[in-house]
Amino acid sequence: MVGLVVVSHSARAAAGIAEVAGEMGGDTRIEAVGGDGQDGLGTVPDDIETALAAADEGDGVVVLVDLGSAVMNAEVAIELSGVDAVIADAPVLEGAVNAAVTATDPTATLETVCEAAEAARDVDKT
Amino acid sequence: MSEDGVAAAAAVERVATRIEAERDHLTELDSAIGDADHGGNMARGWAEAADAVAELDDPDAATVVKTTGKTLMAEVGGASGPLFGGSLVFAAAELDDGITAESAVAFAETYLEKVTDRGDARVGDQTMVDALTPAVHTFKKSIEVDELSPLDALAKAVAAAERGVAYTVPIRASKGRASYLGWRSVGHQDPGATSTLFILEELLAAAETALNTTAPESADATSPTIPDEEA
Repeated sequence: MVGLVVVSHSARAAAGIAEVAGEMGGDTRIEAVGGDGQDGLGTVPDDIETALAAADEGDGVVVLVDLGSAVMNAEVAIELSGVDAVIADAPVLEGAVNAAVTATDPTATLETVCEAAEAARDVDKT
Repeated sequence: MSEDGVAAAAAVERVATRIEAERDHLTELDSAIGDADHGGNMARGWAEAADAVAELDDPDAATVVKTTGKTLMAEVGGASGPLFGGSLVFAAAELDDGITAESAVAFAETYLEKVTDRGDARVGDQTMVDALTPAVHTFKKSIEVDELSPLDALAKAVAAAERGVAYTVPIRASKGRASYLGWRSVGHQDPGATSTLFILEELLAAAETALNTTAPESADATSPTIPDEEA
C-alpha cells in the first residue's frame, strides 16, 4: 500500500491535516512531520526522513508539503532516504485527503495516488 | 591523521568564526529585503557545525564536510538549511578520496549544481547563485584550462565571487523571499551571496594555511602548522 507523509512548517498543522485525511483514508498509512525541532516553525530533513521510512510499506510514499523551504527539505530527505517517494504538486490538505482515499484502492500505485493528490489543485469551493 | 581532514576541520572553524563576526552585517542585509534572520541562523548553524566537527575522531575531509552539511541542515532555518547544508552533504562524496585539484573542482561543480537545482535559481535572480556560479566556473577554468595552482585558482574564484556579490546590488530579485518585493529589491546586496563570499574567503585562508605558502608566521605560537610527516 502506498503511504503518505504530510510536511508542514507547523507540527500541529501537519498533525491536523493528517487527522482530516486519515478520517477519509481508512487504512492508509499517514505520517505527519513538521516544526524546527525546537518548538518553532520550520522543517528538518532528518525528521522527514524518519517519517518517510515509517510511512513506507514497500509500495512508495507520496509526500504532501506546504511552502518554500519545506519543499526543499522534503527533496533533500527523499534523496537521502532511499525510499521510493514523490512530492505531489498539490495543495497540502486537499491533496492529502484525495491521496489518502485513492491509496485505499487495491489497484493504487505511487503514480495514481500522486495524480489524485495533484487533481486537488482543481477543487472548486464555491 | 588525515591532513585533508585537519585542513577541512580548520576551514569549518574559520568559517564559523567569520560568520559570527559578520552576524550583524548579514542580518542588516537580510532585514532590507527578507526576514532579518540570515545572520543569526547562519552563525548558529556554523557554530554547531564547528562543534560537531571537533567531536569527530580523526575524520577524513569528506566526513568533515558531510558532518558540516548535516548540522547546517538541522540547525539553519528556512531555505539556507537545505541550500548550504544539503548541497554540502551531497557534494562531500566527491572528496571521498581526499582533496586534490581534480576532486576540488568536482566538489565545487556538484555543490553548484545542487544549489541551482534545489533553489531553481539561475544567475541574475539576485541569490547566492550570483556569487557561486562565477566562483565555481573561474575555479574550474583556472585549474583545467589555465593550469594554475589550486591556491591561485581559489584566489581567482574568490575575486569572481566578490564581483558576483556586487552584481546582485543593481538587479531585481526573481527568486527567494526578496522576489516578493519586486522592484524594491533593486539596490540591495543579497545576503546569501554575501555569506557565500565570506565562506569562500575563509576557505582560501584555510587553504593557504594548510598548504603553508603564506608568509611564515614562526613568531606566532598560536598559528596552526601542519606537521611534516615525511621528514
